[in-house]
Amino acid sequence: MTAARTRHPGRSILLTSGLAIALAAVAVPFYWLAVGATHSSQDIFDSPPPLLPGGHLGKNLATLQETADFGRVVLNSLGIASVYTLLAGAVCTLAGYGFATYRFRGREALFGLLMLGLVVPAQITLVPLFKMMAELHWLNTYQAVIAPNLALPFGIFLMRQSMAALPKELLDSGRMDGCGEFRLFLRVALPPLRPALAALALFLFLYQWNDFIWPLIVLRDDSTFTIPVALASLQGLDETDYGAILAGTAIAAVPMAIVFLALQRHFVSGLLAGAVKE
Amino acid sequence: MTPSAPAAAVSRPSAPRLSARRRGRWGTAAPYLFVLPAVLLFAGFKLYPIAWSFLLSLHRTVGGTETFVGADNYLRLADDPLFWTALRNTGVILVVQVPLMLALATGLAVALDSTLLRGRPVFRLGFFLPMVTGLVAYGIVFSVLLNEEYGLVNWLLGLVGIDPVPWLTEGLWARISLGLALTWHYTGYNAVILLARLQTIPRELYDAAAVDGAGALGAFRHVTLPGLRPALLLTTVLSTIGTLQLFDEPYVLTGGGPDNATLTIGVYLYQNAFKYFDFGYASAVAYALTVLVGVLGLIQFRLLGEKS
Repeated sequence: MTAARTRHPGRSILLTSGLAIALAAVAVPFYWLAVGATHSSQDIFDSPPPLLPGGHLGKNLATLQETADFGRVVLNSLGIASVYTLLAGAVCTLAGYGFATYRFRGREALFGLLMLGLVVPAQITLVPLFKMMAELHWLNTYQAVIAPNLALPFGIFLMRQSMAALPKELLDSGRMDGCGEFRLFLRVALPPLRPALAALALFLFLYQWNDFIWPLIVLRDDSTFTIPVALASLQGLDETDYGAILAGTAIAAVPMAIVFLALQRHFVSGLLAGAVKE
Repeated sequence: MTPSAPAAAVSRPSAPRLSARRRGRWGTAAPYLFVLPAVLLFAGFKLYPIAWSFLLSLHRTVGGTETFVGADNYLRLADDPLFWTALRNTGVILVVQVPLMLALATGLAVALDSTLLRGRPVFRLGFFLPMVTGLVAYGIVFSVLLNEEYGLVNWLLGLVGIDPVPWLTEGLWARISLGLALTWHYTGYNAVILLARLQTIPRELYDAAAVDGAGALGAFRHVTLPGLRPALLLTTVLSTIGTLQLFDEPYVLTGGGPDNATLTIGVYLYQNAFKYFDFGYASAVAYALTVLVGVLGLIQFRLLGEKS
């Protein structure tokens, strides 16, 4: 590896610095988010625009709290995303285990049916789902956001791919010892799958945390808004306070980036396991 | 997903019976119990709405009451200039932005795979990071950055003597901005998928190509590209589906404007359903979209997938 670098030091420096410039360009929006979140709306649209972080973050957060009850909004997002991650994680893991480790009548047909959800555009269900939620009197409730996407096809696919690597002998020896099927799943199958479960959890949390169109449709009351819905509604106001909006945007983006950085090894390799096999 | 698979499972009843003996009190029900929650939820919140959506598309919604109108909504679709505008806009993104982004992602993947590169993990991570930020969040950041009068981008351009660019207020530029935002968000993600595939290509193939006198470009054409084929198919199909459903970015960045220049099928569907409450027509738009996704997906599988 280092041999190639020492053989072509010039090319190595050229490639590395070229990519560094590209990465810097990719990082501009992130940097600018940090700058914008710490300035007032007037400063942001000043000429020349601010290039360094300012001292207006506290004021922006206060404005956010006043105009959008943002503390509540963050709690909504956290609660919805956490409950969703737990429930959808359970549904997808159970189904992935069933499909990967058992042979049963109709297995291929059922799995194929679920995978249909990967191909059919989500928009097709928006209108009928909205009507369903209205009839159930679920509009403006958390369950309306959470329930429809619990059986997430991609999550099921990911889990089946990971479970397929479980050695059959492990499960069979558990059965010989008289272990029940559900205990077998909990005690024997799950522990070695911790990295895959971490990837699934992160994926599900991110998906729900960032989801926009569905919450936008079923959450109409300010007090139930999630972060993306609240931000979009703030942007639609006549007098938009961009300092406050960017502070809110940072609140939405920064924790996710940190969690991602902490778990990225599991995440990338977990997601790729599904993409590269076969 | 092969059609013959279920038949094969039925014709071999001995396999489930054999293992059933070992499955204790759950008997043969065990596998079904594991997949039951997912199947029930999927049937209730996906299959049922998909069928209902088709019924809706055959009705007209006026003041909350629905009347059966047969294929009227679909006929209206054919004559609706806005639908064709949305279709054309989506098509332009598909034909221009997606290939450019995938070419960029391929180049990035090759660079990230190169032994000449220092600090590989940092780059891999950095280019993936935009994917983690939500669509609304980055839409807002881009809309401020690209503001015509006060945005950072135009200010920087002004420093080198370039007049302000109407990034979000002029049709063509608005499309370019949308394309830039999409490219920023998804290139790294696609590059990581391609990179993973790239790492499975045996080094010996490159050595053999070098022995045969192939230069860097030749090796790329005859070893790298064929090896990447399955991953290219995957990223192409994913990008196509994503583009056809595009909603969040134009909604936040341009609202579909100016003058419908960035109106996508997704935004048009949303407007019909939740602004004009014309559920029947919106459902027809959704079905047209689904047919489009199916047809394009099939074509791509035929073109790119035949050899794998």
